[in-house]
Amino acid sequence: MQLHPPARIGLHPFAQIGLHRLWQALLVALVVGTLTFFLLRLLPGDMAFRIAASRYGYDLVSAAAAESVRAELGLDRPMFLALLSWWRDLMQLNLGNSLVSGEPVLHELAHELGNTLQLAGVALLLSAVIGVPLGMLAGSRPGGVIDRVTLALAVLLRALPPFVLGLVLIVVFAVQVSVLPAAGHGAPSHIVLPALTLALPLAALSCRVARDAMVSVGQSAYFAFALTKGLSQRQALLRHGLRNVGVPVVAYLGVQMVVLVEGVVIVETLFAWPGIGHALVHAIFGRDVPMIQGTALAMGLLFVLFNALIDVACHTIDPRRKATS
Amino acid sequence: MSASINTSTAVYLVANTTRKTHKIPVYIGILILLFLVCIAAFAPLFNRFDAISQNLDRVREAPSLEHWLGTDHLGRDQWARLAAALRVSLGSALIAVLVAACIGCGLGVLAAWRGGGAERAISAFADATMALPGLLLVLLVASLSPGAYALLYLGVALSMWVEYFRVVRAMSHRVLSGSPVEAARLLGFGPLYIVRRYLLPELLPVIGTLMCFGVSAAVLAVAALGFVGVGLQPPAAELGVMLIELMPYYEEAPWLLAAPSACLLLLLIALVLLAGEKDPR
Amino acid sequence: MSGALLDVRDLSVRTLASPHTTLVDEVSFSLHAGEAFTLLGESGSGKSLLAQAIVGNLPNTLQARGVIRVGKREMRAEHAGEQRALWGRELALLPQEPWAALDPTMRALPQVAETYQLVCGYETKEARARANTDLARLGLAAHAHKFPHLLSGGMAQRVAFAATVAGGAPMLIVDEPTKGLDHALRDQIVSLLKDVLAAGGAAFVITHDVSVPRSLGGTVAVMRDAQILEIGPSDTVLQQPAHSYTRALLAAEPARWPIIDDASMCRDGDPESREPLLTASALTQRFGEHTLFQNVDVTLQRGERISITGPSGSGKTTLGNVLLGLRTPSAGSVTRARELHPQAFQKLYQDPLAAFAPQLQIRVALRDLMQLHRLQDDAYLPWLEKLGLSDALLDRLPAQVSGGELQRIALARILALKPALIFADEPTSRLDPISQQQTMALLISSIAEQGGALLLVTHDPFLAQKLTHRQIEIGDMRDEPNV
Repeated sequence: MQLHPPARIGLHPFAQIGLHRLWQALLVALVVGTLTFFLLRLLPGDMAFRIAASRYGYDLVSAAAAESVRAELGLDRPMFLALLSWWRDLMQLNLGNSLVSGEPVLHELAHELGNTLQLAGVALLLSAVIGVPLGMLAGSRPGGVIDRVTLALAVLLRALPPFVLGLVLIVVFAVQVSVLPAAGHGAPSHIVLPALTLALPLAALSCRVARDAMVSVGQSAYFAFALTKGLSQRQALLRHGLRNVGVPVVAYLGVQMVVLVEGVVIVETLFAWPGIGHALVHAIFGRDVPMIQGTALAMGLLFVLFNALIDVACHTIDPRRKATS
Repeated sequence: MSASINTSTAVYLVANTTRKTHKIPVYIGILILLFLVCIAAFAPLFNRFDAISQNLDRVREAPSLEHWLGTDHLGRDQWARLAAALRVSLGSALIAVLVAACIGCGLGVLAAWRGGGAERAISAFADATMALPGLLLVLLVASLSPGAYALLYLGVALSMWVEYFRVVRAMSHRVLSGSPVEAARLLGFGPLYIVRRYLLPELLPVIGTLMCFGVSAAVLAVAALGFVGVGLQPPAAELGVMLIELMPYYEEAPWLLAAPSACLLLLLIALVLLAGEKDPR
Repeated sequence: MSGALLDVRDLSVRTLASPHTTLVDEVSFSLHAGEAFTLLGESGSGKSLLAQAIVGNLPNTLQARGVIRVGKREMRAEHAGEQRALWGRELALLPQEPWAALDPTMRALPQVAETYQLVCGYETKEARARANTDLARLGLAAHAHKFPHLLSGGMAQRVAFAATVAGGAPMLIVDEPTKGLDHALRDQIVSLLKDVLAAGGAAFVITHDVSVPRSLGGTVAVMRDAQILEIGPSDTVLQQPAHSYTRALLAAEPARWPIIDDASMCRDGDPESREPLLTASALTQRFGEHTLFQNVDVTLQRGERISITGPSGSGKTTLGNVLLGLRTPSAGSVTRARELHPQAFQKLYQDPLAAFAPQLQIRVALRDLMQLHRLQDDAYLPWLEKLGLSDALLDRLPAQVSGGELQRIALARILALKPALIFADEPTSRLDPISQQQTMALLISSIAEQGGALLLVTHDPFLAQKLTHRQIEIGDMRDEPNV
């Protein structure tokens, strides 16, 4: 019967979540902006010339055009001032044009964002559908057959690099059996393999989390009380099991977001899925600094946004949870 | 698991790991790891080929007595390349993890012990590092100078120290504010004794587990970046680079793709086993 | 015996692994409507297993035998799980720790209403209305829509009680309902049980607290080492116990302890002539908006024994920690006598495990301490012998020693430093009454031998009254939600 610390006065819990995540979003912008700024400075050759060339084409670029780019980007100013103006542009979401295509970065991002969200959403859904029920099944009989098999699979999936997993899936389903396309975008069947490659490791993790949560619910005093009150096993599970298993599963989604965002980079590249991860790798390949900044920023902000949503979900299902952990 | 360089997935497993893990998987893990280390360290002594000499007359050969694992698409000795790749992966990952662990643990204990402004400053720095998913940070740092080993592994260490910091700080807070330490202070024991007898016995097993996960995460991250072409660059012998180079030949010379895949998988499984999976009961 | 609500014949419990180890040995009794049956005994006597065998939720590693009849239904105890059909309807089990028994993600009202809905088959609306009436009758109308973590211990206990009895089972099984509770909560649970009896139910109560059967009446049985030593009407057993163990158990109740008669406190002469050990003035402790205690003054002389009493959650331990210098109060000051050495004040913890490094062999921990204070490596040995501890215990880790033994080791460790003051924070609340009495007697006599002072925190007013010269009572915050 210890005392709980007093509730923080004033702010609504959702406002606290918002403030915390806003601060994180600001940090994302700062880290991404600063790193890409130095990337720009470290590029070999005359930066202004390259940017001008990307705008006007190599044949049409002139010294005057390069000079105007130099002035516009502040490349002739001292480093510190240039960094400040770089940050100011970033805060105004003035991300510039791609050095490769010449299109505005924002314009390209808008297109890619949709594709990435689609892939991530399907993968997350798949992982929940595969992982959570299996985990609850395993946890309702700890040490049983399902528990052992899922444990072994989880260990294997954790050791399997996502690109190797993707390769295996391609070899099996696209080449040997030829039921699914290996790469591409457009038809609904294109999403199956990349989504599965992302979903399986995520499912392995939520399976173990759900399994542990299930075991601890099964051993809890409130579950035993539900049974001795006279509820059937099924009623007790539906009314007191599900939500309590859900709390850690949803809370753990926050960690899974890291896996998901990182996986997107690899999987999109492997399957040539035209999303943000694919674009980021290509931008780094082509040293397209504005695109690197834009894609990294979009992925970072996506990560923060997902985490904020998870915070809200956690707070809604678990009344004990403090707004920021 | 997967390409997550943040070992946060591991933190979950660590937090839920009971001390009673099965011993046998750990021994198997150690055996596999020793085997791989032996290949990395001693293979050059028994091989007259090196990892980069090409011989375009003899490409994609099957394993033979001369070339134990055959030759790749440029006629390089696959066995020599595999050993070189293992050296790179294991060696550099270990160094990156050691750097990350030392910085993270040091700052973690410091923050927990001193509290106040020091703790807030370090935490803000940690927050900035944590704001981006780890692989993204490594990608950005590494792209400053493509193909540079040092920068790549610096990025890995930079993205990983936070995990040690967070775990160590949380555990130190718990241990230092717990009643056993209160009792020890009342009895007159000083900080060194408390760290040695109270804090370290709690921290060491967890740090050990985290480091196993860390090494596997680092190996995986570098291989993943090599695979998508933005990590180490050819002709470097690196597992991910080898995989992407040899992928086009998987039908005519599957052994070429199998060797680095198996190597990577063995390495990661060994580390997972060593870290100690939870006891299913 | 046809009218009995519960009839138990030759009920035994054995372990499956070694069938010769009997944990409950052929127990028989019966219980009628309106009656209470109280089983007294220390932990490990098998009394909880007996309750689990009756309810039918023994662990898988144990096997029960015998006949159990609940109402008109007769069951063999070896068919574990047969009783399950009766749970909530014929046979109800009041949970031991009400806070843990309530679903943390569900408000209080639905946790009661679901019994009406799912067990008794009422419509949702009717079930909620009935649950509301129940909670209001228990004084919880204002708290029906709170989550369990916002309820105080007493409120959680009443919610759990309402949820337990809502199914209408006439037979109520209660295992250790008063463990670790202060007297007010204990009285509350006893009065709830009396209501059940008055309504025509019957209660089977397991406890080591003698005051429970004294209030409930009915039948009392005393259990030790798997067997029932004595059984009879409560008046007879409690007034004229036949068995020597029952007598020891009754005498161990703090209310019956002799008052310690000593003049040791003033043996150093006139206390006025010397500076007090500890002076505290105007101590106040707040947690946010919540005030634990306000303007408390304490003066402690050498060799004096004082106690801090108050209900659970009232801040007794916090006050003790402030006096010991472990915690800075929100306001007020604490002054120690000047010539004291830094380790003059020591603390005994409620849970002795909490005072030891968990992964350090006890012998090593003691040796380190002796070396730190430049004492002989075995300076603690005389105390070990006086406290009745065997040397072999020291080769274990703290968790491998029983609670009572570890508490005495902790005491020996402290005594070796010759402290001027020992702060004992509920040092025996986890022990059964007989061990409690022994440990307390050792604590008092060894402190007296060194001329030290004692600051005792306890929720048991009798304990405080019998053992200490003065009591400080602090506030009653019951039913204040712990927010």
